[in-house]
Amino acid sequence: MGVVNFAHGELVMAGAFTIWLLHAQFGLGYIPAIGAAIILVTAIGLLMERFLFRPTRSDPLAGLICSIGVLFILQVIAALIGGDGPSKQVPPPFQGTLVMFDALRIPYQRVFSLIVSAAALGTLWFFLTRSKFGWALRAVAMDREAAELQGINTDRISIIAIGVGTALAGLAGGLIAPLTNINPHMGHNVIVTAFIVTIVGGVGSLSGAVFAAVLYAVFHTFITVYIGGTIATISGLVLMVVVLIVKPTGLMGAKISE
Amino acid sequence: MNSNGGFTVQRMIIGVVALAALLATPHFLSFHHQDLLIFLTINVLAVCSYRLVTLTGEWSLIHAVMMGVGAYTVALLVNHFDLAIWFTLPLAGTAAGLVAALLCFPLLRMTQFYFLIGSFAAGEAIRLTWVEFVGVFGGTSGLRGVEAPIVFGIDFLDPIPYFYFSLAVVMLCLFILYRIENSRVGLTLHAIHWKSALAESVGVDAWRYRALAFIVGSFFVGIAGGLKIHYLGSVTPNQFTVSFMVFILIWVIVGGYNKFYGPIIGVVVLTIFDESIRSFEVLRPAIYGAMLILSILFLPLGLESVPGKIKSWFGVGSPPPEPPLSDQ
Repeated sequence: MGVVNFAHGELVMAGAFTIWLLHAQFGLGYIPAIGAAIILVTAIGLLMERFLFRPTRSDPLAGLICSIGVLFILQVIAALIGGDGPSKQVPPPFQGTLVMFDALRIPYQRVFSLIVSAAALGTLWFFLTRSKFGWALRAVAMDREAAELQGINTDRISIIAIGVGTALAGLAGGLIAPLTNINPHMGHNVIVTAFIVTIVGGVGSLSGAVFAAVLYAVFHTFITVYIGGTIATISGLVLMVVVLIVKPTGLMGAKISE
Repeated sequence: MNSNGGFTVQRMIIGVVALAALLATPHFLSFHHQDLLIFLTINVLAVCSYRLVTLTGEWSLIHAVMMGVGAYTVALLVNHFDLAIWFTLPLAGTAAGLVAALLCFPLLRMTQFYFLIGSFAAGEAIRLTWVEFVGVFGGTSGLRGVEAPIVFGIDFLDPIPYFYFSLAVVMLCLFILYRIENSRVGLTLHAIHWKSALAESVGVDAWRYRALAFIVGSFFVGIAGGLKIHYLGSVTPNQFTVSFMVFILIWVIVGGYNKFYGPIIGVVVLTIFDESIRSFEVLRPAIYGAMLILSILFLPLGLESVPGKIKSWFGVGSPPPEPPLSDQ
């Protein structure tokens, strides 16, 4: 949609913090807590669309700067609620380990995250490629004026797109909460990885992003294990630059009309 | 664009008074504020050199790292060869310019959003190299012992002489940057921004001019990095993260990037503002963020457009140009 949301990582962080607050602190069930996280993060996203991205639509840079402002605010709110102390941990609600055979053991928590993410991605894919809304969304992304001339309500499409995107950020926050350390600055790593994956996969290509995510995860883990974490990130970034040079539209991205 | 050129007596008097005020300022400040003043002076150079890069309409996210290249060059030169500040500063700029020249080939193949992200990736890769190769760059704790030495009997560890020195260096650099922008080259850069197809059709090699802006901008920010590190005495990779880059971006945009002096206003006003909300501690970034959003929504042309707006309210002078792109 031509919107670069720098605060996306912070939205994931907000989702994870909601889980920590409601599930680990107040004892609400894990699934209802995820629901609350999705609702909260979507609400933030919709407010951002209405009051920040819509007025600045003619200037993508202004939208980017606004989202940086949101990023600062969200980090401060998280620090105020959670205290500036050590990172928070959420005890995994799903105990035990799935043993497929001796060499392959996966904790149930990760199995759960995997299944839910796959389901969410499947739904998103269906939504984007098969539904009438998905067609309209891609039409707006391609040429806003032409889409408007065809009778598409572009404001409504934008708000739904941001709503879906941020709801997924909330879900991601909910899923990642029991697997990682939660702190107000965790969003930075999320956004770096998200940028790499989006660029390598191709902007606006969902299958490209999934493919790139898997590729990048394997690549990163492999180099981390055999050489080192920093080298892994450096090579990831260099890989991204190489992909940009060889095929600026990403591995699966179509040519973007100007 | 060139309407404010030319020297009048009035302008000269204003200039002399402003310079005198600037020279007197550090004597009335606390030690902490003197530090701040020096960093502010150096950051003015960082934002102005960034503006040169953005003249062609491309926004890079590697500028902070280029400042780091200059800083690390200074640290390595002082530690290994014990060079004096007269040599380290130009070499710091040259090193940043050389790195920029090498990066031109991959990075300038991209434009717009892709250039933004590509430059971010390249910068982060350079920064992580400093973290990773502990033997050369000292890892996360960086390099130390690069304080500016005593020159001609002047102790540069004292903030006031160092402020005068960096002010002189920065003013010289600003003068050169200003001349570049108002030269034929600068006008070509503007042309590439607003009418790239037209510029190319009359024989302008857009790639070359974009590369030139990128290299020259990096050269000057390299000098800024060197100045900073000579005062701080140590350099670490964390000084040049994407957060600092974001601050450069904010200063330029809030100040207003359509005029040469816009970014300078931005960095000065925001630094003073940031200092004045110091007592809020934890809330500080949030206040900063809120102000950022408000200024983008209500002052899209930046702080430099405020006087023009006030004038037009009172019916004096012409209204400011409103959308920013309409001057073609």
